[in-house]
Amino acid sequence: MAFNYEYYLRMDKMPHMWCPGCGIGIVVKAMLRAIDKMGWSKDDVAVVSGIGCTSRTPGYVDFNTLHTTHGRALTFATGLKLARPDKHVIVISGDGDAAAIGGNHFLHACRRNIDLTLIVVNNYIYGMTGGQASPTTPFGARASTAPYGAVDSPLDISRVAIAAGASYVARGTVAQGFMLEKFIYNGFKHKGFAVIEAMSTCPIQYGRRNKLSDPVQLLKWVKEHGVPAKKAEKMSPEELEGKFITGELHNQERVEYTEEYELVRQRAQEAAGAR
Amino acid sequence: MAETATAEKVAKKKEKPAPRIEVIDEFCKGCNICVDICPTNVLEMKPDPTRWVGAVVVVTRPEACTRCMLCEIHCPDFAIKVY
Amino acid sequence: MDKKIQLWEGNHLVAEAAIRAGCRFFAGYPITPSSEVAEYMAWKLPQVGGTFIQMEDEIASMGAIIGASLAGVKSMTATSGPGFSLKQENLGFACIAEIPVVILNVMRGGPSTGLPTHPSQMDVMQARWGTHGDHWIIAIAPAYMDEIFRGTVRAFNLAEKYRVPVIILLDEILGHMHEGYEIPDDFEIIDRAKPDVPPEEYFPYDDSKGDVPPLAPFFTGYRYNVTGLNHDKSGFPTTNPELIQRDMERQRRKLYANLDDILWYDEYKLDDAEIGLVAFGSMGRSAQVAVDLAREQGIKAGLFRPITLWPFPEEKVQQLAEQVDTILVPEMNLGQLILEVERCVHGKANVEGVNKVGGLPIEPPEILEAIKARI
Repeated sequence: MAFNYEYYLRMDKMPHMWCPGCGIGIVVKAMLRAIDKMGWSKDDVAVVSGIGCTSRTPGYVDFNTLHTTHGRALTFATGLKLARPDKHVIVISGDGDAAAIGGNHFLHACRRNIDLTLIVVNNYIYGMTGGQASPTTPFGARASTAPYGAVDSPLDISRVAIAAGASYVARGTVAQGFMLEKFIYNGFKHKGFAVIEAMSTCPIQYGRRNKLSDPVQLLKWVKEHGVPAKKAEKMSPEELEGKFITGELHNQERVEYTEEYELVRQRAQEAAGAR
Repeated sequence: MAETATAEKVAKKKEKPAPRIEVIDEFCKGCNICVDICPTNVLEMKPDPTRWVGAVVVVTRPEACTRCMLCEIHCPDFAIKVY
Repeated sequence: MDKKIQLWEGNHLVAEAAIRAGCRFFAGYPITPSSEVAEYMAWKLPQVGGTFIQMEDEIASMGAIIGASLAGVKSMTATSGPGFSLKQENLGFACIAEIPVVILNVMRGGPSTGLPTHPSQMDVMQARWGTHGDHWIIAIAPAYMDEIFRGTVRAFNLAEKYRVPVIILLDEILGHMHEGYEIPDDFEIIDRAKPDVPPEEYFPYDDSKGDVPPLAPFFTGYRYNVTGLNHDKSGFPTTNPELIQRDMERQRRKLYANLDDILWYDEYKLDDAEIGLVAFGSMGRSAQVAVDLAREQGIKAGLFRPITLWPFPEEKVQQLAEQVDTILVPEMNLGQLILEVERCVHGKANVEGVNKVGGLPIEPPEILEAIKARI
C-alpha cells in the first residue's frame, strides 16, 4: 500500500526544487520509510545538512531540521547528539559537501564512531553551483570545471569511511530503492556511526555533459555500474575498473562515543568525589 | 507469455480491491522513470505543453498493476502513490 | 572552598565562570595561548554532568557549539588568532540563525601564525567584522580578574537574552596572568526565553512580540527549520526583499535599541581630566597606572575604558571629546580601536595612537611619555 509520505513532509514546501530525474527524492523517500519503520516520533528526529542540492532536504521534511554551512553538517550534528544522546540525528549530504569541503569532519566522525547516521547522496558533480567537478567525478568525465575531462581520480567514499573507522557502511543506488531503504534502516538500528552512500543521478549537471542526460538512461547507468559485494569478490581489478561495489560493506560492533563519554562523566565525578 | 503471467497475478489478487494508482499532477516533473521501471506498462508519459516540464505521467492500464510499488519507490518527486 | 581567595589563571577563570554561568558544552581545538581553557573544561565539565569534546579543527568546534546550543545547552569555545579566523564561517551562521554561543579569543600576535606565545590586541576589528556580510555582535574585553569572571557570566547572559553570539576578548597577558581572586556568588544568570505558545503557533523568527523571539530547543515538540540562508519568520529560506530587510533590521535593532543594557565601561579620574586616554583589556590596566603617574606629576589625565567593545560606547567617547583636547589611544596593534574612537570624536579632539607590536605590552611609563609629549 502507498506509503504516507505526506505525514513526514512539509507539504506547503512541495513540490521540491530538485530537477526532473534527480535521484535525491528517491533517497529522501527511502529515508522517510526507514524512519517510519523505526517508529520514531517526529519530535525525536533531527535532520541536518550542509550546502548543495541534497542539503535542501531539511526544508521539506517535518522534523527538527538544520541547514548548516558547506561541509559542516556533521559538526553541528555532533553537538546536537552530544547535547541529546537519546535523540536521533541524521545527516544528509552530497559528495562535494561530505567528501571535499567536509572531508575532515567526515573522517573524524567516522573515527569517533558517534551514533549518527550519515546519508551521502553521491551524484559525482556539484549540481547546485552548475556542474563543477566533485571529488567523486569519474576520471575523464566532463564537468563545467573539467571541460576536457576530469584529471583527478575519484574518491571512494565508502572505502574511506571504513578505513576511518565508521562501524556501519553500506552502498546502494537510487535504482534500487528497496535496498537503499534497508541499508538506511540498518544504519539507524546500528549503534555507532553509520554511513550509507547512495549512488545517485544528476541528469542536468552530470548527465548532460556526459551523454547521459536522459534520466532513465542515467538511472540504468548507475544500476549497471554497481556490482554487488559478493559478485565483486570474483572479479579482477580490471573488471572492477570504473565500477562501484554495493551492499553492506562493513558492520562492526565498536565503542560508541556518547556511551563512552557517559563513562568519562562517571570517572570524573568519582574523581571529584574522592578529592 | 508475459501477458498471461500478469493476468494470473491479477486474478490471484481478485480478493483484494484492485490497485489504484494516484498521480499528483503538480508534483510530476515528467522524468519518465516510473514509466520505464513499471514491469507491466501501466503508465505513460503524456505530452502537456501547458507544463514547464512539457509532460505528465498518466495511468493508462491500471488493470495491469501488480502493486509491485517500483514506480512509487522510485518516483523522485513524490508524485505517484499505489494503493 | 569557594569562600576564599585562590590563585587563578585568567584562562582558567573564564572556564570556571562559564561553568558557573551554566555552560555545559565546550568544543575546542588546541591553540596557544587559549588551550588552558579547553584543558580546564575537559577536567571540570564531565564532573558537573557537562560535555567536553576536542574537535578535529576550529571550524568543527564552532559548528558543534551551535548544534549543542540549539538543543538547549549553553555552549562555548575558546581560541586564538588563527583559530578565530576559522571560527568566522560558522560564527556568521550563529549570527543569521540567532543562536546563543560564547567564543573566547585570547589574542596573540598576527596575522597568520604570527606570535603564538605573545600578546596583541590585533583582533579588535575582526571581532566586529570577521565574518562576511552585515551582522551584529557583542564583544566583551575584560581587564581585571573580577571583570573576567563577571564578563564571562555576562557573555552567557547576553547571548541568551539577545540570541546572539558573544565574543570575549582577552589577550595573552590576561589569559596567562595569575592573580588572587575570590569567586563571588552575587551574580545573575539569565536563560533564553522559551516559547509560550503551542508548536503550531510557534515561529522561531517571529517579531510580533519583540525583537528577540523565543528560541525553542530542538527535540521539545517544536519542529522548525534553521538555516544559514536568509529566512522568513518561520525559518524557511526566502528571497523576499521586504522580509529580509525587516529581519536584518530587527537583528541590528535587538542590540542597538538596548545599548543601556549591553554597554559596560569604566571611567577612571575623568571628572576633571584635561587629557583623555581610551584603552581596553590589558592596555586599559597599563593606561590606568599611567593616569596615576601623570597625576603625580600634576597632569590631569583620565581614562575611559570600554569593557563592551562592540557595540562600541560611542556616546561616552563623544562626551570625552567635548571635555578634552587630546585623546590618546594606547593599544597593542598599529591602530584599530583608534579608528572607532576617531569616528566617534569626529574631529572634535585630537586623537593619537600609542602603539606597540612585537609581543611586548605598552608599559605605563611609555604611556606617560606619550601624555607628556602632548602637554
